[in-house]
Amino acid sequence: MSLVDSVRKAVTLQRLEIETEQPDLIDSQAARPTTEGSYGRTEPDAQASDIVTIIKPSHGWVSIKFRELWEYRDLFFFLAWRDISVRYKQTILGAAWAVIQPFFSMVVFSLFFGRLAGIPSDGVPYPIFSYAAMLPWTYFSSAMSNSSNSLVSSANLLTKVYFPRLVIPLASVLPAVVDFCIAFIVLLGMMLFYRIVPTWNVLWLPAFLLLALVTALGVGLWLSAMNVQYRDIRYTVPFLAQFWMFASPVTYPSSIVPEQWRVLYGLNPMAGVIEGFRWALLGTDTTPGPIIAASSAAAVLLLVSGALYFRRMEKAFADVV
Amino acid sequence: MSDIAIRVENLGKMYRIGGEREMYRTLRDTLIHAAKRPVERLRHPGAATHASEELWALKDINFEVARGEVVGIIGRNGSGKSTLLKVLSHITEPTEGRAEIEGRVASLLEVGTGFHGELTGRENIQLNGAILGMTRKEIKSRFDDIVEFSEIGRFLDTPVKRYSSGMYVRLAFAVAAHLDPEILIVDEVLAVGDSQFQKKCIGKMGDVAQGGRTVLFVSHNMTAVLDLCETGMLLEDGRAVTRGNIRDVVDRYLQSAVGLGGVVEIPPETPDRWPGMTPIMRRVVLYSGDDGTVSSGTVVAGDEVTIEVWCATGTQHIDYCLVGICSSQGARLFSVSTRHDPSFQGGITGEGRFVCRVPSLCLAGGDYSLLVAVGTTSPQRNLDVVEGALRFHVMFADYFGTGATLYPQQGAVAQRSSWEVLSE
Repeated sequence: MSLVDSVRKAVTLQRLEIETEQPDLIDSQAARPTTEGSYGRTEPDAQASDIVTIIKPSHGWVSIKFRELWEYRDLFFFLAWRDISVRYKQTILGAAWAVIQPFFSMVVFSLFFGRLAGIPSDGVPYPIFSYAAMLPWTYFSSAMSNSSNSLVSSANLLTKVYFPRLVIPLASVLPAVVDFCIAFIVLLGMMLFYRIVPTWNVLWLPAFLLLALVTALGVGLWLSAMNVQYRDIRYTVPFLAQFWMFASPVTYPSSIVPEQWRVLYGLNPMAGVIEGFRWALLGTDTTPGPIIAASSAAAVLLLVSGALYFRRMEKAFADVV
Repeated sequence: MSDIAIRVENLGKMYRIGGEREMYRTLRDTLIHAAKRPVERLRHPGAATHASEELWALKDINFEVARGEVVGIIGRNGSGKSTLLKVLSHITEPTEGRAEIEGRVASLLEVGTGFHGELTGRENIQLNGAILGMTRKEIKSRFDDIVEFSEIGRFLDTPVKRYSSGMYVRLAFAVAAHLDPEILIVDEVLAVGDSQFQKKCIGKMGDVAQGGRTVLFVSHNMTAVLDLCETGMLLEDGRAVTRGNIRDVVDRYLQSAVGLGGVVEIPPETPDRWPGMTPIMRRVVLYSGDDGTVSSGTVVAGDEVTIEVWCATGTQHIDYCLVGICSSQGARLFSVSTRHDPSFQGGITGEGRFVCRVPSLCLAGGDYSLLVAVGTTSPQRNLDVVEGALRFHVMFADYFGTGATLYPQQGAVAQRSSWEVLSE
């Protein structure tokens, strides 16, 4: 008994993989329970008699339970707050890290791309031109990598407690907003230095930040769910971020992209975000309208598809992670 | 509201092991597999595409739990207890069947889930509360009770990474103990903390049970199970074998474990061997009863236990053997040796084994380990010593014949005694 038992236990705990549903053709004719309340949860303050939880296998695509997400808003808040408060514990430079990365990137870009390579900067000084792009970019890349790793780094939660799994990647895109705000102060200083007065367009800035957040979340949902099963993702993310940065107008203006290709270019949501930032803050000439429209559409598509994919993979998380 | 709090029908959970579908599979493997699959489908219609083994961690589980019932779920390691709790807690999906749960559920499969070392005690209470499903309002209103229960006092604003492990566990359990669900699902979380605090936790759990709540309680600690539960369920290999009165279920469990023992091979390069020793001991066997059936290393307190130490000495002659009974933390509780037996004689040159019979194993329920040593008597010298050579579990049934149990804080040795009262 002993060997079998202990091996079996070890296997159950460490090496097993849940049987994810097998979408066999033969199988699909069988009567399938729908998604109806496979994981209906419980409203904390409701009457006892009202709460009935039904637990049964789910199949295929699973809807997103917004109500349940809303009930867990406190958890969402606490997880985000935890990441924020832990972020710079036991570092010497602390919150200065939020500034160091975009600032020094800006210095290097200004030297090599602005000064030596002579890349145009839509008529504004190159340093502020690239810093205004590094702001949302730094936010995006940090939020994306956070949320891609969020599920795996919360493995202990996944295997021990139930809550809507979406809370984890959702909460993981927030902490970087704090960094963004800190780095933003430096931007204000630079604008003062270069005597750039923002126009009323600056009111659009939160919308562009939201666009960056939605994009990071959309990518994060896809990658975090995949990361649970394929640890390749962990190694893919840094590479993806680097690649994506050069595909976005961080070091160059999108005006160097031929007019007829701009909308296509805008399908990279970060192109819209960055052009939007420059337009709102620095008043660059490029009217970012078509780019932003394309970017918003792409970002929403990423988010929705990411959320659906996430929900579909969700049931295997606790067994595979 | 019906009288049934939990209804489980034909619940089953299958895992796949081995085969092509390994964990941490890489994207490349999946892509290749996806490309190959249609071809395979064409060539072998209907054939299973994966050469993997199915393992039903749970199968055909049917039971009901009445409102207010406290159910102990017992079974050996790997019998499916934890999987059952995970399915009922929503953490993982069943493969088949269904379960209906009426009422607000809280599950406690681990204490301190989500604790973060950098955060202070105060912050961790809030975070852990939220993770366990409390709202911010609930956390706020129970905060003072939690702090008081945890006895951490002035360390409230210290990061928990500076806590002693005892404080850490106390704080973690305090948060969990203040959940206020109608249905509580608890895994073996009492196996932590110092004995005083364990007692307090058992008390708190008892309050929960008496408060009319429905509790599912998984434990290896028969004492705690008998104390807390009215009814029980015994799982074996993922199937529910017995369901009924807790005494009957525990009896059945103990019966199924009697006569079992454990066999552990000692590899020549084991790190548990004391430095400078010669690898002489090859194997340690522990069993109760006569037949020596090999199994999981569980014995019942009070039973006759046999320990065998198998040796291969080469040309060396040995005539001394000692077995130390140690707590799970490694503290030696007592030792038995060939020198304690006036009638012992003989020795081993080449291959052979020392067989030691302990007539009545006087240990409280819990986990223990064996230290084994062999050597020579003249000169008196240890030639081979291995610590933690074998780990075993003692189940504490009705050792005293009075129904009394031994709590952890009462010590690890179960000593029978006789009492009388003399009047002045």
